[in-house]
Amino acid sequence: MYKNDTIVALATPAGTGAIAVIRLSGPDAHVIAGAIFVPAFAKAEPTPSQETYNHLGANTVTLGHIYDENRVIDEVLLTKFVAPRSYTGEHVVEISCHGSIYIQQEVIAVCLKKGARMAQAGEFTLQAFLNAKMDLSQAEAVADLIASESETAHQIAIQQMRGGFSGELKDLRSQLLNFASLIELELDFSEEDVAFANRDDLRKLLSTSQQTLRKLIDSFALGNVLKTGIPVAIVGEPNVGKSTLLNALLNEDKAIVSDIAGTTRDAIEDEINIEGVRFRLIDTAGIRETTDAIEGMGIERSYAKAEQSKLVLYLLDATQLNTSPRIMHCLLRIQLMREKFPDKPLVVILNKLDQITGLEHAEITKQISTKSPDTILISLSAKSRTGVEELKTALVQSFNSGALSQDESIVSNARHYDALQQAYSSLIEVQEGIENDISSEFLAIDIRATAESLGIITGEITNDELLGNIFSQFCIGK
Amino acid sequence: MFDKEYDVIVVGAGHAGGEAAAVSANMGASTLLVTMNLETIGQMSCNPAMGGIAKGQIVREIDALGGLSGIVSDKSAIQFKMLNKSKGPAMWSPRTQNDRMRFSEEWRLQLEAIPLLDFYQEMVSGLIVENGKAVGVRTSLGIEIRSKSVVLTNGTFLNGLIHIGDKQFGGGRAGERASTGITGQLVELGFESGRMKTGTPPRVDGRSLDYSKMEPQPGDVDTSKFSYSNLTSSLKQQRDCHMTYTSPEVHNLLREGFDRSPMFNGRIQSLGPRYCPSIEDKIDRFADKDRHQLFVEPEGWNTCEVYVNGFSTSLPEDVQFKALRSVVGFEKVKFFRPGYAIEYDYFPPTQLKHTLETKLVDGLYFAGQINGTTGYEEAASQGLMAGINAVRKIREEEPFILKRDEAYIGVLVDDLITKGTEEPYRMFTSRAEYRTLLRQDNADLRLTPRAVDLGIITDEALKRVDRKATESEKMVQFLRDTSYDFKEMNNLLVAKGSKEVTQNDKLFKVFSRPQIDLEDIKTISQVKTYLEDNDLDNDILEQVEVHVKYAGYIAKEKDNADKLHRLENVKIPPNYDFKSIKSLSFEAREKLTKIQPVTVSQASRISGVSPSDISVLLVHMGR
Repeated sequence: MYKNDTIVALATPAGTGAIAVIRLSGPDAHVIAGAIFVPAFAKAEPTPSQETYNHLGANTVTLGHIYDENRVIDEVLLTKFVAPRSYTGEHVVEISCHGSIYIQQEVIAVCLKKGARMAQAGEFTLQAFLNAKMDLSQAEAVADLIASESETAHQIAIQQMRGGFSGELKDLRSQLLNFASLIELELDFSEEDVAFANRDDLRKLLSTSQQTLRKLIDSFALGNVLKTGIPVAIVGEPNVGKSTLLNALLNEDKAIVSDIAGTTRDAIEDEINIEGVRFRLIDTAGIRETTDAIEGMGIERSYAKAEQSKLVLYLLDATQLNTSPRIMHCLLRIQLMREKFPDKPLVVILNKLDQITGLEHAEITKQISTKSPDTILISLSAKSRTGVEELKTALVQSFNSGALSQDESIVSNARHYDALQQAYSSLIEVQEGIENDISSEFLAIDIRATAESLGIITGEITNDELLGNIFSQFCIGK
Repeated sequence: MFDKEYDVIVVGAGHAGGEAAAVSANMGASTLLVTMNLETIGQMSCNPAMGGIAKGQIVREIDALGGLSGIVSDKSAIQFKMLNKSKGPAMWSPRTQNDRMRFSEEWRLQLEAIPLLDFYQEMVSGLIVENGKAVGVRTSLGIEIRSKSVVLTNGTFLNGLIHIGDKQFGGGRAGERASTGITGQLVELGFESGRMKTGTPPRVDGRSLDYSKMEPQPGDVDTSKFSYSNLTSSLKQQRDCHMTYTSPEVHNLLREGFDRSPMFNGRIQSLGPRYCPSIEDKIDRFADKDRHQLFVEPEGWNTCEVYVNGFSTSLPEDVQFKALRSVVGFEKVKFFRPGYAIEYDYFPPTQLKHTLETKLVDGLYFAGQINGTTGYEEAASQGLMAGINAVRKIREEEPFILKRDEAYIGVLVDDLITKGTEEPYRMFTSRAEYRTLLRQDNADLRLTPRAVDLGIITDEALKRVDRKATESEKMVQFLRDTSYDFKEMNNLLVAKGSKEVTQNDKLFKVFSRPQIDLEDIKTISQVKTYLEDNDLDNDILEQVEVHVKYAGYIAKEKDNADKLHRLENVKIPPNYDFKSIKSLSFEAREKLTKIQPVTVSQASRISGVSPSDISVLLVHMGR
């Protein structure tokens, strides 16, 4: 928080909005912006150019695009502030991008890549205060803000430590502690009668730590999915009640519903938070054989959406299953969905429960469960909203059981991602040091840097802990 | 008997007391050194050695600041070793074996040579405290001696309790009385006290040992020394140490005494140091290790007394004896004195300021084992700092505080008062975040100018340090500016197995290669000529080598240290009401109130204070 480097963070409230503002502040703000921004007037240029950027006037707004190397992330408005005339008193760049969480994360990620550091809670305001942009009477307010934001951030971090993430971090921490201990053992206890780790052992330990780190860093993409919501596709034949179910889950009339089959021509999305887990529900156009060109395109899109989702809800109309052949036909469709999306958990939903008798219901469930015993079947009425809670519970359960994540470890917090990246690059320097056979006290400098970066997530490794680890493993002392 | 008021009274004449008294008097303050026994000034109560890893750096720092430990060690050394020579220069650590009796004698002679220093032998049984200020001491005879400040360096003497097997008796060291009275009074004044434990091995008759069965451990061929001054010289002659091992048989014999061990039967409750375990602790905790090293160290040039390093124990003396007799080379061993454990009072050092003055009583300073530390070097450096600050306070001058990137002494003091300690605190290089900067080769460059400002050392020393700095910089510049002839250079590179060069380039570049050392580069004609024209001492050449070879790492570490300084400059006013800042976490409020850090940097090192607490503090300190 007190390092004099360039920080980046979302300046508008977290979540989806019409637009989002991402703020960069610090000595390198303009260098970073210059490396990712191409003004619209300089369209001829294929990539960002620092020179072009430097020509932008102070305190001006420019239309243009944010690039990650050759890839365009978004069309944005960029405001350039030159120190000291800015909110924080340092060089500041504010990027107004489109409001989707995905775009926000991408823009922040490219800033991090170009050398910015993720801002701590309240850090912009703190900078503003330190640069005398605020008077002392505001101090307490700022302090409260930092305290409360870090409390929230802490809670988020705790929530994220579910399942594999905390385990991986624990491993990583102990690997690092062991590595550092072995290095310090050589330095502080070279006179002792203990076996020192040879360089090959150190290399091995280093490479496991790197792998663990890499895995966590790579899981950031998946973590983003978590943060932006787990995509859940609602598919089924026309008029089985997909949009009604979406509305029932959302408790509002988002999708247009009617009795006319094929009302939904495009996929409709919205987010729902169930017990702290965010799902992005995708209502799709009904799937059936059609000659209507527009409806056909909608069906294509439905399959594409289902392909992107992590979980598929396959909806059936109970009133249509009143004969054995019809049930057989429906079992075939379920089998087809399974084959089409072999990796995705499938939940079969029997809708319109309110329009059939108990006897009919019993018959349908019996047939499905005997012929296709693996099927997860939930019966409900979207219209009268009975059984919807059971569906919500099933969604959360499928998440908690780990069925939705291929990877155990999930990093979804950009600050953690930044810390892991920094730790990784320090570890690379340690590795280079070992290859060049430098004396271990110099390796220790980079190991310390690694531990400090990771300390943000795992808690700091103190000298006392290091020594404690050495004393517990080795017989030290004449 | 004492009609005058002293500036400083130092209680205790060990390593801490000696340094405190010497520096105080050397700075021109009238000083009285009170000890229970004037014959045991500067005792080496444990092993007869000074320095070692991290500790050797401290001795050099003490010397650079005008303390006496380096000089006394050099003058009484019987062996010199530079440890960790195979590592980078930050790890090089000088160590001497010493003649214990000569060491003590040298301390006394050095102290007696200081005009403003008076001596008195008696037990101090209490302090005179008036209006929250220490103004003198009271002795066991009831004599009151007045002073402006008091430095307590009681070592292991406060309510010292010695354990050998199931026997226990009061004492500050084997054969010496314990000191009573002070702890009780301090607790009454509001101090928190605790108990610590340490131990020492048996001393034996060297004439009864068979050295032919042990491995000799000679000193370095090229000896060096601690003191930067020309008051001492490096050793020409040395005495060997020897090494032997314990065995499963020895371990079994020792185990037979475990039921009578105060360590295991619960009689000793207090914590001993984990890095200096007793032999019974070692075989208990590391049962799979079938032998442990023992270092057989002579206690002097002429005495036949020998210190059995590695065999620290509080087992019954008969068990010690039986077990040691089955060690190779010790078959006929005769004991001089058995090993023992000792418990003593200490005062958790979080009750001190950075000057080592107590927060509770003005003008009262603690140094050494009373603060929960262990080691001669740690004690001596605290004595030095307490002595300097006691004098400066009397003169109403700014406190003298060393930062963590300036000296090991700075790390030591900051750790003690910020974190406290659960076990006897010993210095390790890993405790110093910026150890690459805190080398034994540059302690004089770091600290001697400060000592001159403090009035401890004369300008003469400064001239030497200035010359070291300018001459080494000059030669580094020469290496940067001067090109070699590539044909000549390739002869050297081939011989050293280093990659050949294809054209003339700067000497600096080749010298920074790991395979090329000072002796190699000296063979190149330009360097040869330069060294003929400039008569340079070895320590200057050593500086040059360090600066060429480790420039990048030193710069990196300096950069890290600069970041620390930003927080170091944010001061917290005295008696700050942390409890009033509601945005701080509850734990942070409690800890900060207890420790009362003086800078935000110090606050950040207190366990339980989080980065967000630090941000909140920064805001309140108004940058």
